[in-house]
Amino acid sequence: MSDGLLGYLLDPANWQGGGVRASIPELVLTHLWYTVQALVVAAVIALPLGLYIGHTGKGSFIAINAANAGRSLPTLGLIILLVVIMGLGFGPVLIALVILAIPPILTTTYAGIRAVDPAAIDAARGMGMRPLQVLFRVEVPIALPLISSGLRNALLQLVATSTVAAYVGIGGLGRLLIDGLSLNDYGRVVAGAVVVAALAIVLDLLAAGTQRLVVSPGLTGRIPKRQLRRTAPAAPAPALAPADGVAATTSTPETSTPAPASSDRDGASS
Amino acid sequence: MIQYLQNNVAVIQAALSQHVFLALVPVLIGIVVSLPVGYLAVRFGFLYHPLLNLSGILYAVPSIALIVLVPTIVGIQILSPLNIIIALSVYTIALLVRVVADGLKSVDPLVTEAASAMGYRRLRRLVSVELPIALPVMLAGLRVATVANVSLVSVGALIGVGGLGALFTRGQQLDYTPPIVVGIVLSVLLAAVCDGIIVLVQRRVTPWTRAAGRIAA
Repeated sequence: MSDGLLGYLLDPANWQGGGVRASIPELVLTHLWYTVQALVVAAVIALPLGLYIGHTGKGSFIAINAANAGRSLPTLGLIILLVVIMGLGFGPVLIALVILAIPPILTTTYAGIRAVDPAAIDAARGMGMRPLQVLFRVEVPIALPLISSGLRNALLQLVATSTVAAYVGIGGLGRLLIDGLSLNDYGRVVAGAVVVAALAIVLDLLAAGTQRLVVSPGLTGRIPKRQLRRTAPAAPAPALAPADGVAATTSTPETSTPAPASSDRDGASS
Repeated sequence: MIQYLQNNVAVIQAALSQHVFLALVPVLIGIVVSLPVGYLAVRFGFLYHPLLNLSGILYAVPSIALIVLVPTIVGIQILSPLNIIIALSVYTIALLVRVVADGLKSVDPLVTEAASAMGYRRLRRLVSVELPIALPVMLAGLRVATVANVSLVSVGALIGVGGLGALFTRGQQLDYTPPIVVGIVLSVLLAAVCDGIIVLVQRRVTPWTRAAGRIAA
């Protein structure tokens, strides 16, 4: 039975381009393209907004509640609603994807900026930094673990939602799932599910790796311990977010993987 | 819109009650499984990273993929409601194991030492000292899991079992917005109600957090 179910996935014909149907690599590329477009648009909107709200404290109510509101929106319903109103095509799907990707980025950006130790900001001001310098040279680097975990969260959300969006006719790996279901071709369904799951896991690991590269080692405690024995434990403080709604976000598993995990590793080994 | 509501009360009620069932059973399963697993991850340090990495990976898998893979792995009908329950349980467990582990880890070792010194044995110390201290963190995680579950159920409509999700696919087939809007509004309201209930429970069971100030918002 499992042989039959894995048949589609293991059939070399489905991996080569040029056929009538899109090959699996082509579907992966289409899927990535949707995801990247939506992530970029969402980041362009949510990052500046989150920085502004976090830095000034104006409108923090929106930022705190965005994540919960976004999480409670049923993705399939939003996509179908936009398609029924606006007609078929990638436009309405892109809008839906962006709407779903904004909240995690916005909330974590806000939370990251808010959680920066006020003493660090005071010190930066005391050194004569202008407000924008304080923001980009002190607050953003310190908030980076949370900001990038918000981006990772959004990325996963987008990979998943692009799959569901195949229901309204766009391409990508969801095609295998949706077409397979309507054709009763479970081999195709399984192929789609396996590939999309693998894609999500690989993207998440890549994002985690990128996060390790861009986050200052002074924050994650990966600097040798004798240099930073006293300061390193203070750094994961951003994980203790100020308000409840924010705390809820930061405790999402994939959100907290890198930042707190590194501090855990530290605690375990010391 | 009003007319759609009037004519379809029974359909909407059936969809809503299926939705509640499909969303909340996994939450209960998730609590029951993740408490002991999260405890084991903290109790035996070598399990911590394997268990948490595994739950991180499971959490990354898109819901629809999990929903259609479950029957292949477990060997049940691909269109069974059980798929949704199992898939969402996996998500809830993946999320809550980390929360439980992190909650228990956050307990100040001085407190547990004090409890031991007062003669608390391991189990009693866990139940009456460590769990209550970890409760706010765990309940915050439970809120996330519950709200996410409520909205994820409707994805099940793609395999024909999706609670309110059925209203979405129906609206798509009829090219008609009222069922879609009703489905979205009810789903969001249901999530808000579940969230509110957990917040109320949290206030009841952890009154000390309010005395401390902002945590019990």
